[in-house]
Amino acid sequence: MRTNDIILQTVTKIVSFIILMFALHIFFAGHNNPGGGFVGGLLTSGAIVLLLLAYDIKSVANSLPIDFKIMVAVGLLFAVGTGVGSFLFDVPFLTHAFGEFTLPLLGKTHLHTAVLFDIGVYLVVVGSTLTIIQTIGEGE
Amino acid sequence: MSATAEIIVAVFILIGVFLSLVSSFGVMRLPDAYTRNHAASKSTTLGVMSTLLGTLLFFYFYEGIIHSRILLGIILIFVTAPVAGHIISRAAYNSGVELSERTVQDDLKDTKNIPK
Repeated sequence: MRTNDIILQTVTKIVSFIILMFALHIFFAGHNNPGGGFVGGLLTSGAIVLLLLAYDIKSVANSLPIDFKIMVAVGLLFAVGTGVGSFLFDVPFLTHAFGEFTLPLLGKTHLHTAVLFDIGVYLVVVGSTLTIIQTIGEGE
Repeated sequence: MSATAEIIVAVFILIGVFLSLVSSFGVMRLPDAYTRNHAASKSTTLGVMSTLLGTLLFFYFYEGIIHSRILLGIILIFVTAPVAGHIISRAAYNSGVELSERTVQDDLKDTKNIPK
């Protein structure tokens, strides 16, 4: 039976953006508040799962042409890269550095290399969750 | 925090709790799935929104800050909870859940038989 999903689809258009913004907020708030890469990644994949529920799997794959298996690899590369990068400065593996920088638009900002590691966690979580869900969804 | 602020916060939270209680009574006592869904999705939405508004006002009066997450939560519940109720109700109708015996009219049944 062909059903008319217009209410769900219209609400999804609005709500998925709010969830994605909130995921970014959770991701960047992770250093000083509850949150971080894991929860942010789960929220992002939750927003994409909502799109998968409202539309079909093909149109989401068309609008988001990302291979999520490669996303996992890039995330692991980020995490290992921050670890290996500490060798360049002659310090132990995974030693993090931080400092105050004056950026052109944001002003005085406290930057930490742990964010790069967190980006790795984020990409791995989003990639693995959506790989699992898309694989199950495509199987007959 | 002044006494007036305390009373405002308490009134909002008590209204929210009362509406949630009313909706749970509705879920227990109403006859079929659609009326129960009506009770659950409508008054719980207002109840949770009212409780969250009380929390928002509490933090505004107590710490002088407006929590944007609570505001976002109010908006998100207001947008999503009725849609969830609609989807559940439609899924129930399409899978053939029967209406209560006291139903007088079923207009949706007539529209289903019209050939496209």
